[in-house]
Amino acid sequence: MAKNLLDVRNLSIHYKIQGGWVYAVDDVSFTLEKGETMGLVGESGCGKTTTGYGITQLLASNAYLKEGSKVIFDGKDFVQMSTVPSKEYKGYRKIVEYHPEMREYRWKRISMIFQGAMNAFNPVFKVGDQIIEAIKAHEDVTDEEARKRVEELYKLVGIPVDRIDNYPHEYSGGMKQRAMIAMALALNPDLIIADEPTTALDVVTQDRILGEMAKLQKREKVAMILITHDVSVVAEMAHKIAVMYAGHLVETGTTRQVFKETAHPYMEALLAAFPNIKKEKKERLKAIPGSPPDLANPPKGCRFAPRCPYAKDICLEEEPPVVEVAPGHYSKCHFAEELYGELGGGESNE
Amino acid sequence: MSEENNDVVIRVRNLKKYFELHAGMFKFWGEPIYVKAVDGIDFDIHKGEILGLVGESGCGKTTTGRLLTRLEDPTEGNILFEGEDIAKLKGKELKSYRRNVQMIFQDPYESLNPRFTVQKTVMEPLIIHGIGESYDERVEMVIKALEDAELRPAEEYLDRFPHELSGGQRQRVAIARALVLRPKFIVADEPVSMLDVSIRAGVMNLMLDLRDKYNIPFLFITHDIAVSRYMSDKMAVMYLGKIVEMADSDEIVFNPMHPYTKALISAVPVPDPDHKHGRVQIKGEIPSPINLPPGCRFWPRCPYAKKGICDVKEPPLVEVEPGHYVACHFAEQLAAGELETGEEAKEVIEESEKIES
Ligand SMILES: Nc1ncnc2c1ncn2[C@@H]1O[C@H](COP(=O)(O)OP(=O)(O)OP(=O)(O)O)[C@@H](O)[C@H]1O
Ligand SMILES: Nc1ncnc2c1ncn2[C@@H]1O[C@H](COP(=O)(O)OP(=O)(O)OP(=O)(O)O)[C@@H](O)[C@H]1O
Ligand code: SF4
Ligand code: SF4
Ligand SMILES: [Mg+2]
Ligand SMILES: [Mg+2]
Repeated sequence: MAKNLLDVRNLSIHYKIQGGWVYAVDDVSFTLEKGETMGLVGESGCGKTTTGYGITQLLASNAYLKEGSKVIFDGKDFVQMSTVPSKEYKGYRKIVEYHPEMREYRWKRISMIFQGAMNAFNPVFKVGDQIIEAIKAHEDVTDEEARKRVEELYKLVGIPVDRIDNYPHEYSGGMKQRAMIAMALALNPDLIIADEPTTALDVVTQDRILGEMAKLQKREKVAMILITHDVSVVAEMAHKIAVMYAGHLVETGTTRQVFKETAHPYMEALLAAFPNIKKEKKERLKAIPGSPPDLANPPKGCRFAPRCPYAKDICLEEEPPVVEVAPGHYSKCHFAEELYGELGGGESNE
Repeated sequence: MSEENNDVVIRVRNLKKYFELHAGMFKFWGEPIYVKAVDGIDFDIHKGEILGLVGESGCGKTTTGRLLTRLEDPTEGNILFEGEDIAKLKGKELKSYRRNVQMIFQDPYESLNPRFTVQKTVMEPLIIHGIGESYDERVEMVIKALEDAELRPAEEYLDRFPHELSGGQRQRVAIARALVLRPKFIVADEPVSMLDVSIRAGVMNLMLDLRDKYNIPFLFITHDIAVSRYMSDKMAVMYLGKIVEMADSDEIVFNPMHPYTKALISAVPVPDPDHKHGRVQIKGEIPSPINLPPGCRFWPRCPYAKKGICDVKEPPLVEVEPGHYVACHFAEQLAAGELETGEEAKEVIEESEKIES
């Protein structure tokens, strides 16, 4: 087995709010190999961004990691490195805000495309200059060398090189998004965490940018965590998938496993609710009853239980374990074994 | 489209909306500058029919919806509602038209007044239009509308405020508010775009059920073509203020003819890892609707464009096959699969294929 580039184990991130906690990410574990793309998919507010940014510890100041959380990147545990036990809250760790070593990792080895990043460029500076500055801040290169790198990156992501000296407002939304990708690649990272990189874009532009990202990812052998609420985007882009619901990873596996041999009732329900444009016959979509829980007050037991058609008494009482239903395929469900092979993810997408 | 059919609820002919831009960034003394948001469109919507209006951001979908509900005054053209032209109605007559035509918006957070209870929100249109003999009768009508929107038991929702509802419930309140007037036509502008997948399906099914129950026709506006295919019987594809193709939804999805529609459909991601999607590449990005290219407004991006034709003459929307309308000079050849790509475009296609492999 190849050595994992990233090994996230029992990661729990809670936000302190007045009168309690938001249990945004709870006991999340997954691994990522070099050059692999993982889709992190789930609905609004389920904890995707918190998980993604939790890897590089770029979190709001009211975020705390639970003791026992591990984020091991290339052998180094970021949690041990850049958090300290909280003085106020027992059993929690607090992030050290300015940790020089963590900062180096953040830029040079892991880069991030932020949700809503289209507006991340400073409007008063030329786009190209901003990327050049980022390179120079972390590498000992001359202006010319950095500019040459930017030119290569522009070619790579498909922006005409003569647009380097334009200001952000002179770029279309799609171009800004591509420039963000160029920025993310500027320091040859080992891992890119892309949070909804195409969500605000039109479908033609989205398709083009996803195509470019897939090509780059293959060529540069960079690993990627693609965060999105759109299951069709992960179906096209990802080698493996982690499905998140209400702060828990409920199913993880290869893309084929998760789509074709669906092992968790939530993923089954999600697929049945999602329109597939290429399906021969139009079939009635199935809505999931109710709505996701408030993470300040999650239900006891399985967090999907109030909406799950297979729920039994135990589901309301005990948090389900993570069960490996097939090699590398995990489901967090009390009845994972029984339901495996019975769920309708596969047929619903023939 | 010209055939007479007394099932037609809405008939749109040569409808235009030009917005005049004022000073600021576009200072050109003397000559006013226009955004041709909607530039001569035609379609019919029949009783009980859902027409999906799709296209990329800025192509004119919302403006079309606002014209049909007369939230916007047309620059030119006709909107026939049950045979009567309402494009220029004013005052009282406009108010009585508005009673028949309702709009549902994208953002249920913005379209509901945060200080109104559900009851007040849904009752307001009844008061505006003076419907219902008594308060009790109006409450009855509100309850009926909430039940139609599947907010049951309705009584439990009456006193709630928007912030006490989930996103899906809010959109159902907006639907109830539209329904309470028993409209003869509904324009829904991206009504599910803000909703999460698990909730979206329920709201979409609700609208399909209401159509079936009351035979209300819809103009269903969305940028999401998979959603449009699910919701609509027919689809119209817009590009820069024009309808470039219109046909049955399945026909648009499985047999698109216009080069733009082909590209659009091929770009839609499919939730199936076995689906191999071939990309139909188009170059560049949508030009500004202020400086429209001459001729076919798609030609600067079209892989089939022919110099001397496409960049000179604007193609009309013609019926290429029964019920299938395409606005392209080469629609017939495209339908027969006989069209060659132009020289310049060949390069684009070859290059993109090279990268692909
Ligand atoms: N700083 C914060 N303080 C308190 N709660 C927070 C904070 N940031 C996020 N949350 C809450 O944590 C949960 C997870 O949020 P997160 O942004 O990770 O979700 P997400 O899956 O990325 O959602 P979206 O798809 O909307 O981007 C949500 O319930 C959110 O309201
Ligand atoms: N009041 C206005 N004044 C000037 N221009 C306008 C006005 N309303 C719309 N436009 C312009 O008209 C064009 C069509 O806009 P419209 O909102 O109809 O597009 P749309 O297809 O609904 O886009 P989206 O998918 O982003 O909602 C755009 O170029 C827009 O900027
Ligand atoms: S543990 Fe129970 S409630 Fe949760 S997904 Fe499994 S069957 Fe459903
Ligand atoms: S008219 Fe010409 S440019 Fe326009 S879509 Fe047809 S082939 Fe392309
Ligand atoms: Mg997020
Ligand atoms: Mg719009």
